[in-house]
Amino acid sequence: MEKTVYKYLIRYSLPQQIWLTALAASSFPFLYAFYELPKRIINGAIQGDPEGFPVDLFGVRFDQTGYLFLLCTAFLILVLINQAFKYYINVYQGLTGERMLRRLRYQLFSRVLRFPQPTFKNMSQGEIIPMITSEVEPLGGFIGEAFALPAFQGGTLIVILAFLFYQNWIMAAAAVALYPIQLYLIPRLQMRVNALGKERVRLVRRLSDRIGEAVQGVPEVHIHDTSQFVLADFSDRLGSIFQVRYRIYRQKFVIKFINNFIQQLGPFFFYSLGGYLVIAGSLEMGTLVAAIAAHKDLGAPWKDLLAFYQRREDAKIKYEQVISQFEPVGMPDESMQTEEPESIDPLTGDLTAANLTLTDEVGDNVVDGVSLEIPMPSRIAIVGESGSGATELVQLLSRLLYPTRGGVSVGGLEFAGVPEAITGRRLAYVGQQGYVFAGSLGFNLFYGLKHRPMREFEYDDDAKSQRSWHENEAKAAGNTTLDIKADWVDMESAGADTPEALQAQGLRVLEMVGLDDEVYRWGLRGTVDPTARGDMTEAILRARSAFRERLADDEGMADLIEVFDRSAYNANATVGENLLFGNVVGDAFDMDRLGENPYVLEVLEKVGLTERILQIGYDTAATMVEIFADVPPDHELFQQYSFVSAEELGELQHRLTRIDRERVADLSAEERSHIMSLPFKLVPARHRLGMIDDDIQAKLLDAREVFARDLPEDASDSVEFLDLDTYASTANIQDNIIFGRVVYGRPEATDRVSALITEVVSELGLRDTVVEVGLRYDVGVSGSRLSSGQRQKLAIARGILKRPDILFLAEATAALDTASQGLIMSNLLEEFADRGLVWVLHKADLAREFDHVLVMRSGKIVEEGTFEELNRGGSYFRQLIDGA
Amino acid sequence: MSLNEEVDLLRRIPLFSNIEPSKLKLLAFTSERLKFREGTELCHQGDIGDSAYIIIKGSVGIVVSTPNGDVKVAEVYENDIVGEIAILCDVPRTATVIADQDVEVLKISKELFFRMVGEFPQMAVEIMRELATRLERTTSQLTRALNS
Repeated sequence: MEKTVYKYLIRYSLPQQIWLTALAASSFPFLYAFYELPKRIINGAIQGDPEGFPVDLFGVRFDQTGYLFLLCTAFLILVLINQAFKYYINVYQGLTGERMLRRLRYQLFSRVLRFPQPTFKNMSQGEIIPMITSEVEPLGGFIGEAFALPAFQGGTLIVILAFLFYQNWIMAAAAVALYPIQLYLIPRLQMRVNALGKERVRLVRRLSDRIGEAVQGVPEVHIHDTSQFVLADFSDRLGSIFQVRYRIYRQKFVIKFINNFIQQLGPFFFYSLGGYLVIAGSLEMGTLVAAIAAHKDLGAPWKDLLAFYQRREDAKIKYEQVISQFEPVGMPDESMQTEEPESIDPLTGDLTAANLTLTDEVGDNVVDGVSLEIPMPSRIAIVGESGSGATELVQLLSRLLYPTRGGVSVGGLEFAGVPEAITGRRLAYVGQQGYVFAGSLGFNLFYGLKHRPMREFEYDDDAKSQRSWHENEAKAAGNTTLDIKADWVDMESAGADTPEALQAQGLRVLEMVGLDDEVYRWGLRGTVDPTARGDMTEAILRARSAFRERLADDEGMADLIEVFDRSAYNANATVGENLLFGNVVGDAFDMDRLGENPYVLEVLEKVGLTERILQIGYDTAATMVEIFADVPPDHELFQQYSFVSAEELGELQHRLTRIDRERVADLSAEERSHIMSLPFKLVPARHRLGMIDDDIQAKLLDAREVFARDLPEDASDSVEFLDLDTYASTANIQDNIIFGRVVYGRPEATDRVSALITEVVSELGLRDTVVEVGLRYDVGVSGSRLSSGQRQKLAIARGILKRPDILFLAEATAALDTASQGLIMSNLLEEFADRGLVWVLHKADLAREFDHVLVMRSGKIVEEGTFEELNRGGSYFRQLIDGA
Repeated sequence: MSLNEEVDLLRRIPLFSNIEPSKLKLLAFTSERLKFREGTELCHQGDIGDSAYIIIKGSVGIVVSTPNGDVKVAEVYENDIVGEIAILCDVPRTATVIADQDVEVLKISKELFFRMVGEFPQMAVEIMRELATRLERTTSQLTRALNS
């Protein structure tokens, strides 16, 4: 990148800078007139000799008053013109600056994407992020004003000075007499501030680095009780930053003090020297007033210029400091990532490496002059102790690392200089810990297919103009114009031609890594929007009726589920669920506080249940108080079993002692709302309190009818009523199929029910649908909602899906359980039977199934051959096997 | 059967006879009420035990697997407790418990069981008595076996 900020802005914004400077220059005549005019108004119009009037101007005759108004009108027009210039220049400056800032950020980030891998060993996220985000921010502002501000304000200053000198050179010279001192002193003081500023940037960068580290390593802090140590370190860093900042403040205000003092000296000279001259009669009053006015305006540009000088120094440092971090050695050119070859052919032919060497930071050869020639297709195992350089070798072969010396080629195609469009699509590499991005499982699975936009997004007319605006702006700032909204998934590279086929491919690779069952289970727990996917919900409804038929056929099964039935009470659901007989949408009904809901209370009143519910509430509360009174508040029994929290319990206890059961109805609405809410949480089959008897159940069924019938229009969307023929959009797929409750107290129920669901789902061919929903499972920030094993399986699946010509794996299954390891290895060996598979194994004896084995030690290949050839007494390979 | 009936039932079991009703209510409320079909296993020999069962209805058989096949060693009826050894001394289940007919049980978790024992020395004494009786019985059985 350009070495200085001036070179940078000249390269990318020269026309804009010229335009801005030209604008500034053309505003000066108006400015001069603006200062000249007040003198005319006072000397010519107000204090003018009445003998001189009327005057003829532009062929019109003016008397003294008319002349005054004419001049004042001209003054007003000049004010407008000057402000219009200012407005336009400011806006255009902002535009230029923002575009340049956008360009700079984009360039920096695009460089991060091209950093050679080892760069990240010395540079942390905590340093990179603030550089691209906050540190370059002031640069945008500076770039906009880089030429225009000095031109405009400097010009203004000169205009005003010229005006002052023209009026009376002694007075003017006195007013600016101390400016040279300022010019001498300020830069020197400023230099010290700048040095401190540099120091501050460096310290803050370290600080954010440390915060990032603490966040990532927070478990270690807990485990080893190092919080105080970490805090002490943090405090020390804050202390250093504080010190630097405080010194900056002091210096800055010294500068400000000097500036202000010298500025205020001007009026001193006007009043004293100018006043003396007026008294002496050698200066007109109007001239003095105009001079004072002009001098007042002199302060603003002068200050601006000094401030600009400070910002300029600041920007120069920032730019150089940031840029130096973004120029690591060995970074490839941008074209490496942007180049799109006309056609990309499969990489066939031998995989060869010649004198491949990788030197680390301390000068050791991690990979030391490796030459090899592997005929493709074949499946290669690489074994070696940790630190043998095996992992680095496959990273070199897959072009994740760039070699220090030597090169790699496939079928004669040298990798050096080949765009990532080829290596990134025809090769795949999976390391020990594949990264999972925030988003859905499917997003991550298909991530490896998103190289370029494949199909354009269909914009409607409004959005189209928006889009073209975005595109033009991106172009103006040198950003990519590729559309993120487009469909980027390259289905063809996964061997699919339709989204359905792609999903089938996705499922196939998930099966290969043993992740399909999990995705299926997530699918069952996922929801489907019936308006968007009516086809899906209809199919699920078919599964519901199939499931019901099965229940009807099998008495043992039917016992395990209490199905939803509008005309029957469901003892395995809460009283509240029984009343609503539907799922809550939005927050109109809070299932935990139904006893406070006015509409629910109204319904209870209508069916004459208020008092009974209140009494049940009282009895429930009494039972809870009796049972849990002696249990410590933080005991897990509380969390597991009580439907009253420890704090509420105390409150209830208090309330119960104040009032009898018979008089509970006398409680005020507010007081009883809590007691009233308790019964709605009861599940008769689970809690067995014996309070919801047949009579109450019958009444609750009445209440259910009334609730649905009288539900006000504005609340009709708040409950999605259960209906055998309707898909419940708020419930998950599994609950939609069951359409009932698994009964309490049958230990085998859960397993048998899910087995039956699976049976029904596969019989109806619904498994794909469920999996499709499962692919929408949100994996959380960097995949945190997946286990580490699941993340790794996903990373492997992603590597297989794009059908690479050669798949490189570096101990990719080392952290998985033995069963998964075996499954994945045998599946991959089969899948890549006619392609290339290069696998660094964490255990030498796993190499048995591979066509060819390379044995590495200290960065060199020390043995190679088939498993049988190498597995003989005295070989290093045998040592590795025995050692394991 | 409601909670109150369960409490009455628990009170008839010697182990719990001296415990105040509110504690028995806690025990009943926090215990799962389970139904096992005839022939199903409540627990399996060798598994890790985390709960004991109080038989509310029906009877269960205690089966020990030996080199000569499974041997039914005892039957446990209503109002009795089964599976307490595994939760008392952290050993795997010493026997398999099979429902002889459809049974209903209260499943008492280890956690809660220990809490009750800690809080009610009387319960500990009852357990000691029960264990001593069993020990005495096994000893005399052993003596008889050795003599014959």
